[in-house]
Amino acid sequence: MDIICKITGRAMVAILKGELDHHNAAQVREELESRFSAAGMRNLIFDLSGLHFMDSSGLGILIGRYKTVSALGGQTRIAAPSEQADKLLRLAGIYKIIPVYETLTDAVAGL
Amino acid sequence: MENRVKIILDARSVNEGFARVAAAAFAARLDPTVEELADIKTAVSEAVTNAIIHGYEGRYGRVAMEMTASGNLLTISVSDKGRGIADIKQAMCPLYTSKPHLERSGMGFTVMESFMDSLQVSSRVGEGTRVVMTKRIHG
Repeated sequence: MDIICKITGRAMVAILKGELDHHNAAQVREELESRFSAAGMRNLIFDLSGLHFMDSSGLGILIGRYKTVSALGGQTRIAAPSEQADKLLRLAGIYKIIPVYETLTDAVAGL
Repeated sequence: MENRVKIILDARSVNEGFARVAAAAFAARLDPTVEELADIKTAVSEAVTNAIIHGYEGRYGRVAMEMTASGNLLTISVSDKGRGIADIKQAMCPLYTSKPHLERSGMGFTVMESFMDSLQVSSRVGEGTRVVMTKRIHG
């Protein structure tokens, strides 16, 4: 599981690559919190185009970061989820609270 | 012809990925679609994770995964000898989690139920839990 973070416009973009499950969830959570805090941004975009697998442990990660960002008055967005992740995110109703965009460019726009 | 495989895993999170890959490899001979294979991997990941987190809660234990293919019907059972579930109905409610501090989403059973064709959960407090899932592979 790789996490690449970069600043794009007014958001931190977290690019998640590999497989996200309970085994690496704690490490991913700590790294995201640390990098988001250091970035000093209010908005967070998850680029999931390289995330080949996630289970409900990933849902917990996304919801947890959504709470962090919302407490700062920022916005959380999801870009380009894989078909497997998209099916899980739809089932869980995540898109009702975290909007999804087809591409990272679309997700960055308007922030 | 029926085919059966049984795998015993130490209840360590590092084995979750192995369980997924093993289930996918076993199911592959039924010629599933990419989506069916992804569904199976996700459901297995949830079941094995539940056994590790909720069954053993970090203590040493073993998780048994038994897979059977009969025709185009895949049956996967995941069982542990951990603490068991006192209230299965409550545990299976969407968004219910006994471990919110771990950022668990409470969607594990819902995912298994939605991504497979059937799900049965049996448990005894202090003795363990067994989850049996089936999926008919249409390919």
